[in-house]
Amino acid sequence: MRPLIEVRGLRFRYEDGTAALNGVDFRLEPGETVALLGANGSGKTTFVHHLNGLLTGQGSVEICGLPVEKKHLPAIRRKVGLVFQDSDSQLFMPTVLEDVAFGLLNLGMERPTATARAQAALETVGMAAASARAPYHLSAGEKKRVAIAGILAMEPEILVLDEPTTFLDPPGQRSLAELLIHLPQAKILVTHNIPFALTLCNRAVFFAAGQVAAEGSVEEIVARFEWDFALERSKSRL
Amino acid sequence: MHHVVVDQWSRGSSPVHRTDARAKLVALLVFLIALATAARALPLFAGALFLMLVAGLAWARIPVAGALARAALVLPFTAVFAVICWLAGDPARGVSLVLKSYLSALAVLLVVSTTPLPALLRGFGMTGVPRFLLEVGQFLYRYLFVISEEAQHMTKAAAARGASVRQWIGQGQRFRAAAGALAVLFARSYTRAEDVHQAMLARGFDGHIPMLAVSRFRGSDAVFAIAASLAPLALRLAAERLMP
Repeated sequence: MRPLIEVRGLRFRYEDGTAALNGVDFRLEPGETVALLGANGSGKTTFVHHLNGLLTGQGSVEICGLPVEKKHLPAIRRKVGLVFQDSDSQLFMPTVLEDVAFGLLNLGMERPTATARAQAALETVGMAAASARAPYHLSAGEKKRVAIAGILAMEPEILVLDEPTTFLDPPGQRSLAELLIHLPQAKILVTHNIPFALTLCNRAVFFAAGQVAAEGSVEEIVARFEWDFALERSKSRL
Repeated sequence: MHHVVVDQWSRGSSPVHRTDARAKLVALLVFLIALATAARALPLFAGALFLMLVAGLAWARIPVAGALARAALVLPFTAVFAVICWLAGDPARGVSLVLKSYLSALAVLLVVSTTPLPALLRGFGMTGVPRFLLEVGQFLYRYLFVISEEAQHMTKAAAARGASVRQWIGQGQRFRAAAGALAVLFARSYTRAEDVHQAMLARGFDGHIPMLAVSRFRGSDAVFAIAASLAPLALRLAAERLMP
């Protein structure tokens, strides 16, 4: 079966000379949920921005067989839904409904159809009652749900969530996990939240210095890189 | 985050709130022109307009005292010019300036506090205001909350380390610290703008923000627009007849 995402030898350097990606190889198969783990600055967010064509580096990135090139960007942005870490950056329209419909109208959809699809997406994330509210009146968890609705409305084949649990309290994280676990799309989660990754992901990819350092189950990767902070209680009191 | 009071007022449910934004904008325009061009019988005309606006605030169930106080925010600016007029031997012009600026501010406040911003922007858009200006206004309003929240966090962080705004103003070294904080806020705003742009591109933005809602102009809106436009004109005619 053709992979949803196939990345080969991806390299990227920012304008200030920082080499963020140094030859990344990556595949995402249909139905998978993959956690991208790794230290801050290891290249995870830079990598996922290549999947939506927001950044373009050297190497090959293919989404559902389409190379990420300018002429394919509208189709690729429909296939890859990117949920940003800070929902305030993503919610810029005056009302929740208008924000969720933003991407649909950009696709050229008629207003009544866009309204119906946006309303349906809000129902999926449990935010239908907030459709007329202003985004700045929402809590962090509600903003995250609306941001996800804005992506779901475009019916993407792949969901990419950058640090989805940031700003969320534990009930908010649990509620988000329950929502994501029921969504049929393949998912990539950039996260430092190991319980969240363990709940949702069947595979983990560990980034280090702009490269994929290892792949495996979340448990294996966490154990191999000691990617958790739980100290024994007696030691933590020292 | 404590949202601005006017934004909360604008989400009420009175008949004034339910009136189409275009009807209110037309009435506001007529009000401002009638006021700005008035010269004769100004104190009487201004008094009548003041009572009309207070009645409008009460009808819209907006706290009258709070609205009157907020409209007074323009007075420090116009008072300077009023004092200059008075010193130049033309106190009548100074009084006129103060009356007109205060009543204009109160009228604008009445419209803004009875019309949520999305509806107000749609109203402007449908009356021919360039979309680009409206989009800038929309973004400015949306991210004002985010930036002011960041400023509040920075102020709290500074206060937690023993600083206060009063100290910042009083001493040169601390003033430099405040200037640094302002620079950080500017840099964060710039980064935020880049993030927002990326989020827009990720959802297919092509340089044009599409509008979802189209509001309908009903018969009751037309009645409101005509009545609210005729009222200041009638009051002006009456005032000029009483005090020729």
